[in-house]
Amino acid sequence: MAMIQSLLAQGFQMMLVLAVAPLVIGIIRKVKARLSRRIGPSIFQPYRDLIRLARKDTVVAHNASWLFLVAPYIVFAAIWVAAALVPTYALGLIFSWSADIIVIVGLLALARFFLALAGLDVGTAFGGIGTSREMMISSLAEPAMLMIVFTLSLLAQSTQLSSIAHYMMTADVGLRVSCGLALLGLVMVTIAENGRVPVDNPATHLELTMVHEAMILEYSGRHLALIELAAALKLTLYLSMLTCVFLPWGIALNGAKLPVLGLGVLIYLIKITVASAVLAAFEVTVAKMRVFRVVDFLNFALMLGLLATLLLFVSRSI
Amino acid sequence: MDLPFALCLVSLLIGAAALVAPVAGRSWASVALYGLCLGVSSLLLVIGLWSLVAMGGGAEAPLLWLPLGIPGQGVHFRLDGLSAFFLIVINLAASAASLFAIGSGRHEHAPHRVLPFYPVFLAGMNLVVLANDVYGFLFSWEVMSVASWFLVIAHHRQPENRRAGYVYLIMAALSTQMLLVTFGLLSGFGAHLDFDAIRATPPSLDIARLALLAVVIGTGAKAGLVPLHVWLPLAHPAAPSHVSGLMSGIMTKVAIYGLVRVTFDLLGPPEWTWGAGILLLGGTTAVTGVLYALMQHDLKRLLAYHTVENIGIIAIGLGLALAFRANGFQMGAALALTAALFHVLNHSLFKTLLFLSAGAVLTATGERDLDRLGGLIRGMPITAFCFLVGSAAISALPPLNGFVSEWLALQAILISPELPQWILKFLVPMVGAGLALSAALAAACFVKAFGAAFLGRARTAAAERAVEVERSSLAAMLILVAACVLAGVLPGLVVDALAPVTTLLVGSHLPNQITQPWLTLVATTPERSSYNGLILMVFIALSASLSAFGVHRLASRRRRRAGAWDCGYPETSPATQYTAASFAQPIRRVFASVLFSAREKIDMPAPGDSRAARLTLTIRDPVWALLYRPVAVAVTTAAEIISSALSLSIRQHLGLVYGTLILLLVVLALWQ
Amino acid sequence: MLGQSFPFDMAHMLAGGMVTVSFMLLFQDRLIALIWFLALHALALALALAWQAHRQAADDLYVAAALALVVKAILIPMGLRWLVRHLQIERTVEAVVGVGMAMLFGIGLVALSVMVMLPAATHSPLMWEDLSFALAVVMLGLLIMITRRNAMAQIIGLLSVDNGVTLAVVGIRGMPLVIDLGVACLLVAAMVVFAIYFKHIHQRFDSVDVHVLDRFRGEES
Repeated sequence: MAMIQSLLAQGFQMMLVLAVAPLVIGIIRKVKARLSRRIGPSIFQPYRDLIRLARKDTVVAHNASWLFLVAPYIVFAAIWVAAALVPTYALGLIFSWSADIIVIVGLLALARFFLALAGLDVGTAFGGIGTSREMMISSLAEPAMLMIVFTLSLLAQSTQLSSIAHYMMTADVGLRVSCGLALLGLVMVTIAENGRVPVDNPATHLELTMVHEAMILEYSGRHLALIELAAALKLTLYLSMLTCVFLPWGIALNGAKLPVLGLGVLIYLIKITVASAVLAAFEVTVAKMRVFRVVDFLNFALMLGLLATLLLFVSRSI
Repeated sequence: MDLPFALCLVSLLIGAAALVAPVAGRSWASVALYGLCLGVSSLLLVIGLWSLVAMGGGAEAPLLWLPLGIPGQGVHFRLDGLSAFFLIVINLAASAASLFAIGSGRHEHAPHRVLPFYPVFLAGMNLVVLANDVYGFLFSWEVMSVASWFLVIAHHRQPENRRAGYVYLIMAALSTQMLLVTFGLLSGFGAHLDFDAIRATPPSLDIARLALLAVVIGTGAKAGLVPLHVWLPLAHPAAPSHVSGLMSGIMTKVAIYGLVRVTFDLLGPPEWTWGAGILLLGGTTAVTGVLYALMQHDLKRLLAYHTVENIGIIAIGLGLALAFRANGFQMGAALALTAALFHVLNHSLFKTLLFLSAGAVLTATGERDLDRLGGLIRGMPITAFCFLVGSAAISALPPLNGFVSEWLALQAILISPELPQWILKFLVPMVGAGLALSAALAAACFVKAFGAAFLGRARTAAAERAVEVERSSLAAMLILVAACVLAGVLPGLVVDALAPVTTLLVGSHLPNQITQPWLTLVATTPERSSYNGLILMVFIALSASLSAFGVHRLASRRRRRAGAWDCGYPETSPATQYTAASFAQPIRRVFASVLFSAREKIDMPAPGDSRAARLTLTIRDPVWALLYRPVAVAVTTAAEIISSALSLSIRQHLGLVYGTLILLLVVLALWQ
Repeated sequence: MLGQSFPFDMAHMLAGGMVTVSFMLLFQDRLIALIWFLALHALALALALAWQAHRQAADDLYVAAALALVVKAILIPMGLRWLVRHLQIERTVEAVVGVGMAMLFGIGLVALSVMVMLPAATHSPLMWEDLSFALAVVMLGLLIMITRRNAMAQIIGLLSVDNGVTLAVVGIRGMPLVIDLGVACLLVAAMVVFAIYFKHIHQRFDSVDVHVLDRFRGEES
């Protein structure tokens, strides 16, 4: 009986992130539109877009191989599984121990690997440009992410996200520069990895500075729907990670009763809404960078991560 | 009985080499020889597995003495946990390579230069890990080096292969010289050649430090630690592909075996600075190795540079293990050593796989240059799949095996702040960042390699026409693919098998994995960290099929084929695709402009001029200019001075000898 | 969250914040943003001094804090901004070495500072972390000075060095107020001198890139 309950809780989380992901995109678009004095589409527009895309015919290039056809499913599945393993409304779900934060970074790398290969499959110039830039950005973002992971897990003595969130919620963390640096670094990595302004512009096409959109240019129909949904899930994953580590309050603890879990879901939705709105507000205030300025941006994130790890040794005993 | 049996099998290999030499030109010789090698390697693999399992149950390591070699001394052999593990690593890859060669061996145009040396090469590597005295170790080491040298210059008509052979010969000689120094120091200048005697009387600290320096140079030159790596990307690609796979996949591992055997077994208790030194070397090697690889467009050379990177990752694990051991943290030492040895196994699997796939590409198209391939996934889908799995594994992507060893190494790095030395506290996270960087760059590099070779449109007619190679070769690759996946989803089995090895070397082992719920991998305690590749794989497979089913069922399943979109400007010439060099351009601009002084020179003709535009890219390896050139200049200068002495008269020669004699007598007098 | 060691945490936060802002100074290559970060740097210093004054109940430290706030966080940045506007200096600063290399070097400097000050840890952890951060800020300030070509950026580096020196006061009890006042006066005087100096080289060479001075001296072709 307990087993079934915990499986249900895990299944619910999988469905929750899937349901919330397009909403996050919708909220960001709405807030950005309002802040630039436009009305903007409804926050439910991304759902409609996805359904419409999924119903359309899929057009595939003549020379596309089997890799091009399976890549969207692998990308989507890897990101979905990763998103389902980050704590959202409750800690210590039944499969949360099967992947710690390093594994989640690895799963995202797996998704990126296949998406990049799919970008090269048809052999077009745009696919190449997007892929090579994406890999350049990720080769800098991944070490930065891992240094932040180091900081957090040295602090909490664990690489399990559930344990880190639990530690941040209950223990005497105190005011540490390292936490601030890690937060800043994680936000920068979030922006870079999800192709948000100022690193990439998710709203643009036909522009030589685009990265992610150039990579998936050959996709259409249901494949494109899956990739878009995967991108939304990835953003949701990063926002969930940010909130569960740095704003852990309100997450239901291990073995909580149903009302507490319900409250956890409510609080999670509030947190994710606020985080999306903050991200949108940030995006309207900055301009997109040149591609090679991104290197400096990510170098700075990496240095923040390293500095956070170093300063941890100088703060009160770990 | 397993040790004598193993030695019989090895002598069978040497006998086969002698027998095959006169008939190497015949068409059946290659099949017969590789078939024999496959059989022997498989049996040796079984012996290794059997011994390791037996030692997990507490069995003693068997010893054997044979009256060979130096009269009166004989040769000692021993099959302990470490030897058994490396026996498995060697023979798993060797049997796959032999199986591959059964089919593809018939494409060899100079079989008499390959066939006799291949079994000797295998025998040499097996003997190195079985030897239990100085003489046996050095002798087998030389057999391995010389046999592999012959294989490197098998195709000696190409000038680049001759150069590779020359550089390799010098570096192999340096390596053996340094090992001679090491064992000279350890054995009390030949007082006791048996390893057991050396274990019983560990050297004094000063001697141990010198011996460590010598062994790091000696084995590092063989394994490819930066800056001793320069021969490796020249020599490994020069050999026939299945031999390249073995050289990269397992000969470098035999060198690692030498390093582990000496530093953990024979040198006595370590100091923390040893660990810090090896750690730093490993970090540098990992990052520079992968950056070199990114700059390459020759498929086999790219893979060889990745070997340098992976040796760096292994060295990071070994350095950490030494640092933990010096501070008495047995648990940490066991974790780091497990990570390193796990990576030894992983790298031998996926590197052999990748080289075999590259060999299949070479056989099918005759091309190694990435810029002349493309679109092979259509003609060679199985090879493409194998290369894809190998790429994902070497890029440390879950749920494959490369990720597991990387994960274990990161877990070891995360417990390093418990070390008391401040230099280590700061150094280890930096090395961790380097490890993450090299993994991310490796992913970029393999997207490049796979994309340029297998995806896109064919750039030459040869690539267009490519078809799959022989069935047996494909089977060899598929076996390695299965091994990569198995080691990735069931890492607990490997970690448990490594328990007797780490117990032997550092006196502790990881928690028993097979008893963990759901076969989860646990580094130290389940609260701290855990990873379950099996569940992840099942989850990914489930959700991928669920989404595929859902989308096909609920939405649309229609698919149309049309021309590529490419923003409305599809270009028909395959030359407009991204090449390997253009793919690496952003990363080259970020990292290599300083490190390798990479320069791009664009020669753009003025409008109206019909001359073709040219882009010249120059990349320099700083190691050649900074380290090897001065040495070469010094050697040449010394040689000139000495050769001028050759033109002296007989009287002057006699005077020279007489003067030397007097000098030596004076030294002797002062010494006493 | 706020436990027993809140006083230590607070001091650690402020000093660590200064180190971070020093890194931002090292990273930033737009002049106006540099000046903003300098003001932030001084603000963190003022807060650190005020917190220490509160902890030690030392009135002279309050004065020093107020001085830091008014002079370093408000007046000097305002003056620098005025200079930039008035002289219409180019707004981007050219760095001599790459940002990545400079930052990697900076990280090394921080590690070095922490290790050099390790003996102080036996006295008290507060003193250790404070002195090591102060040393790190000084070293980073010097690094800013040698990696930038623009005279204005070099001045900003110098000012951040001064902030680092003052931060050391937090760790060592009872540095006389007189010294701090003297330094503050010197700085104001230096600012005036710099303003004149800028004006002159700007009039002469139409740039504040110190590179042009080298060229003028004939050191570089």
